[in-house]
Amino acid sequence: MIEIKGVHKSFGDLEVLKGIDLTVNRGEVVSIIGASGSGKSTLLYCINAIEKINGGNIIVDGIDVHDKKTDKNKLRENLGMVFQQWNSFPHLTVLENAALAPQIVKGFSKEKAEEIARKELIHVGLGDKLDEYPTRMSGGQQQRLAIARALAMEPPYMLFDEVTSALDPELVGEVLDTLRLLRDDGMTMICVTHEIAFAKEVSDKVAFFHEGVIEEMGTPEEVLDNPQKERTQQFLSKVL
Amino acid sequence: MNLFTPLSWNDTGFILTGILNTVYISVVAIVIGSLLGLLVGFLRAESNKTVNVILGTFLDVLRSVPLIIQLILFSTFIGVMGFPLPPFFAGAIVLSLYTMAFMSEVFRSGFNSVPVSMIKAARSLGMNYLQTVRYIRIPIGMRSVFPSWLGVAQSVIKDSALVSVIGYMELLRTAEQLISRTQQPLMILLGVGLFYFMISYPLSRYGKYVERKMEI
Repeated sequence: MIEIKGVHKSFGDLEVLKGIDLTVNRGEVVSIIGASGSGKSTLLYCINAIEKINGGNIIVDGIDVHDKKTDKNKLRENLGMVFQQWNSFPHLTVLENAALAPQIVKGFSKEKAEEIARKELIHVGLGDKLDEYPTRMSGGQQQRLAIARALAMEPPYMLFDEVTSALDPELVGEVLDTLRLLRDDGMTMICVTHEIAFAKEVSDKVAFFHEGVIEEMGTPEEVLDNPQKERTQQFLSKVL
Repeated sequence: MNLFTPLSWNDTGFILTGILNTVYISVVAIVIGSLLGLLVGFLRAESNKTVNVILGTFLDVLRSVPLIIQLILFSTFIGVMGFPLPPFFAGAIVLSLYTMAFMSEVFRSGFNSVPVSMIKAARSLGMNYLQTVRYIRIPIGMRSVFPSWLGVAQSVIKDSALVSVIGYMELLRTAEQLISRTQQPLMILLGVGLFYFMISYPLSRYGKYVERKMEI
């Protein structure tokens, strides 16, 4: 379970998160929507301890993420993250990309790391690309590689930060299909997304962010079909 | 009595030693200069402004003062201080530091060429700082600067001829001795020039080839 309690985050004088409360249970899919600059992505970075927070707590399976004593690297093994930019490692093949972290972080043998990596790559439909170099692949394929690379660490949670935003429109579908696949596997996911239709389809819970606060949160039907707040209505009327 | 004797097959071993000494001191300077350059380049990419200004000034001095002056200064200095070193060591130290000054800039730009987002992606997989340096930043950064690295290495081989001024028996110094005996400067220096060309030209072609390949 991920518990986010009263989280504040500032960049200099700019307060990006102004007291966020959000709980994500095992097996749940939570989508975070909202305009650019509303703090959605920052929250994911805070959950993964890539960014520090200025107030509040984030607890993952009972571990306080921002406690000084917490081993951040150990923690990140449990929180797979995929970014807007896929960031494939260009010097490694597809298989090596996905096998690197299990090998050096978890200390698995090369054979075992590659076995897990191969399994995840086949799962996301890259089974025929194992020996390719990622720079030869499309953005959609590289993004699926990034997903498989995160999955190869076998994390119980996955964080997705606008993973389709940098893709050409015709490549969005294959990445969303991969996310659907994970949902069907029962993966716990937090998806920051601009794909409203997708959020409606896969989410158990949708949170609408506005200027650093959760303006409205509930089931997709509540938030997306019958938004109560004016801000949510305005936002949805613009994007739908 | 004839003071001068022409070049003969008996000189082959002598010339070969000169060639090997040139290769030897060049390789030593390139290896040590690259390792130090990697370290200093990394420090420069990671450090704050103060450290960078200090390091940068030191490197600027090394790059700006002609190598021949550095060689003579250093070997004279250690002589005066009472620690004379054999020409090879004195030459290797100066040439390595000189190489380091150029390599550090090459490697710094390599480290800076790795996108921050890629480092974040690596950290998000649970890699610690040193692992991202070892497995991500060095291999990716170094690959991108390989042609520049080759360019520096190539000029080090040519610059190694200057170590002759402090008495190291590399190719040029060997040639000078042969010239004073045979009085055939034209032919011998042409031969020496040809040797440097034969080493340099393929390296520079290869660097261009890699560069072109990386653009695709």
